[in-house]
Amino acid sequence: MTQSGQKKPAAQCGDPRDELVEHLPALRAFALSLTREGASADDLVQDTIVKAWTHIDKFQPGTNLRAWLFTILRNTFYSAHRKTRREVSDTDGIHAARRATKPEHDGRLAMNDFRAAFEKLPDEQREALILVGASGFSYEEAAEMTGVAVGTVKSRANRGRKRLAELLQLMDGESLDMTDSATLAVMNQNNPLMR
Amino acid sequence: MTTKRDERRKAAIEKQIDENLKRVYEEDTTEKIPDRFLDLLEQLRGQDGK
Repeated sequence: MTQSGQKKPAAQCGDPRDELVEHLPALRAFALSLTREGASADDLVQDTIVKAWTHIDKFQPGTNLRAWLFTILRNTFYSAHRKTRREVSDTDGIHAARRATKPEHDGRLAMNDFRAAFEKLPDEQREALILVGASGFSYEEAAEMTGVAVGTVKSRANRGRKRLAELLQLMDGESLDMTDSATLAVMNQNNPLMR
Repeated sequence: MTTKRDERRKAAIEKQIDENLKRVYEEDTTEKIPDRFLDLLEQLRGQDGK
């Protein structure tokens, strides 16, 4: 614990507004995960930039700027979303359909399937997963950003993961052993030595 | 025994999901920032007259 205060990282000395641009890609990705639609995501980012810029005095230097920006974006989203919830409630899969990405051939989950499944999750589960699963915030940070208890973030993230696993049928390993013994039985039957 | 195996599988599934989340998210973060945002920042900077 050196309390010199002399050698602060450059990030803490300069105007945090100069760093906004560095967080734009992450903000856009977060916005996209909330809105599930490109145009509204960009509007949301635009509002966030303006709010952050004009309220920069509320930002505590030395704290996590990205977390602060995410919080603004999320509050903006929810205050607008409450008004239009009905309107956007059935956009499931639209975002996924829009971005028809190239399929992966390396055994990982197909991105489109994953996106489509992800977009079916309730808002708060998507949000928890984006914050802790994808952007690397701690459960504590995510809890602070979303204004709920740490345990709530954990359970939202876990329910989200579980639902994704169901949607992507990752849970059907139950029958694995049966399949294996069935396979073995067939193999034994066909074993030339048995004939 | 079964529970241990279930737990391992659950952990593996969670890991797989988080990895895919990261990939989707990274894919989104590597998209080019639209000019409108850079223009907006310029505009805000100009308004502040700094």
